[in-house]
Amino acid sequence: MIWNKEMECADRETMRALQLEKLQKTVKYEYENVAPYRKKMDDAGVKPEDIKTLEDIRKLPFTTKEDLAANYPKGLFAAKDEDIVRVHASSGTTGKPKIAGYTRGDLDIWGEVVARALTCAGQDKNSVVQVAYGYGLFTGGLGAHLGAETIGATTIPMSSGNTQKQIMFMKDMKSTAFCCTPSYALTVAEGVAKAGIDPSELSLQAGVFGAEPWTQGMKESIEKGLGIKAYDIYGLTEIIGPGVSISCDENNGMHIQEDYFYPEIIDPETLEPLPDGEIGELVFTTLGKEGFPMIRYRTRDLCYLMRDKCACGRTTVRMGKILGRTDDMLIIRGVNVFPSQIEEVISRFKELTINYMIYVGRENNKDTFDLEVELAPGLEIDDIGFVEDLRSRVDHALRDMLGIGCKIKFLNADTLPRSTGKAVRVKDTRELHDK
Amino acid sequence: MLIKQVSVFVENTTGRLHKLTKILADANIDIIASTIAETTDFGILRCILPDPQAGADLLKSKGFNASLTDVIAVSIEDKVGGFDAVLAELADAQIGVKYIYSTVKNAGGNAVIVMKPEDPAKSVEVLAAKGIKLVSIEDFMA
Repeated sequence: MIWNKEMECADRETMRALQLEKLQKTVKYEYENVAPYRKKMDDAGVKPEDIKTLEDIRKLPFTTKEDLAANYPKGLFAAKDEDIVRVHASSGTTGKPKIAGYTRGDLDIWGEVVARALTCAGQDKNSVVQVAYGYGLFTGGLGAHLGAETIGATTIPMSSGNTQKQIMFMKDMKSTAFCCTPSYALTVAEGVAKAGIDPSELSLQAGVFGAEPWTQGMKESIEKGLGIKAYDIYGLTEIIGPGVSISCDENNGMHIQEDYFYPEIIDPETLEPLPDGEIGELVFTTLGKEGFPMIRYRTRDLCYLMRDKCACGRTTVRMGKILGRTDDMLIIRGVNVFPSQIEEVISRFKELTINYMIYVGRENNKDTFDLEVELAPGLEIDDIGFVEDLRSRVDHALRDMLGIGCKIKFLNADTLPRSTGKAVRVKDTRELHDK
Repeated sequence: MLIKQVSVFVENTTGRLHKLTKILADANIDIIASTIAETTDFGILRCILPDPQAGADLLKSKGFNASLTDVIAVSIEDKVGGFDAVLAELADAQIGVKYIYSTVKNAGGNAVIVMKPEDPAKSVEVLAAKGIKLVSIEDFMA
């Protein structure tokens, strides 16, 4: 099912014409209403009238996380206070949160794009959507909620946590879709198994998961554990929240709602645009947002774009799986390491769960790199040789993926803390910056 | 006869083994015999429990990787060459032994040794044919 065929299946020329028209409006609106960005444009010697083609977007300055921090809390808001009806904030890892303001029109856009995502996941007005993203400043809960109400589904605002209650509602209310972070979905799937419930007893059809990176292996575990098809929803507070893009039944990238969010991929070093298919930093320009429009916002997410035809019928550009964040990247002994790579390796081993912790430290001016990973519950071990053999296979697979080795420690199943929101998987105790 | 040994993976962190023994103690389960095979960061506790299945299930439910393994326990006269006689039979039958541990139990001056041979079922046949006494869990508890 497709929520908005006109936009999601538009031919390329129609889409580009619409994007150009909306881009020109956005740039003019931003220039007139957001003083810090006007200054950036003036410094770069570019005026709104200079945007004559879509490619002219390259003349525009980027907006960065640092710009948001420098203009905290509302310096980049474009709408008047009286028109802002809601704010959300992203869980900033350092310093001040990033605050995003929404007008009524922005909430309509958000409802529309999440509606497209839920429809893509097979949901409609007869569905029961259980939202287990956190409700609050985090965009996950209220964003999914808005989309579920837009399609007319029965919406259950569970918020995250309280796994037993989630399962009770899931069962008793016959929820057809479950929305949360992938790591929480896994926690709930474990809970379902522990409660002795066969997934076929549930009415669940689809899971719409996002807000943190996850692997194919994790996806399969969740699909099996809950008896569903899992969809990948992408978004970020600075752009709108979840709903910027969604994976379809083809499971080959996420369709970007490009009539509202114009994507580019740039080389994070040279800042030059990269062609489709090449991995680089994802950059978004919002088209039509009023409260907190963003021009060329650098997401720090690494991925690539695909414009080949998708069998689902949608014509919108797709983004590949997020391969990591420029922020998450650990540099260990000079090698770039992404936790997502480690997750990918772990997920291939049926002897392990996908709960893990990475510890990076420094001893005698050398980086230490330790990995704790849980053994699968029910794994039968009577033999030291078995464990050592497993260790050596995991070690080989990690070396193949990363190019460096780490010290692997196995833990009993259920030892590492389970996540109810975004999982913390890395502890880096090195002091790499001068105080 | 074969007996079921409970094997448990134990991370090498202080207190982890105590957590395991406390679970058994709280459930009023006696550890009849035990040994631990250790490396630098983990160990495998091997033990004989009165009800192996129930013991393993309990430990699993508490997050331990516990499993059942077939082993044999032999009763040997406590004298020079007693154990050698048993191993000689297995060697003659081309059966290797993965590990052994002795227990504090003894019956009428006999020592009881637990063994994990490569082929436990065949070992039982070989040893029984030679009149070597195999011990059951009930014998242990007697």
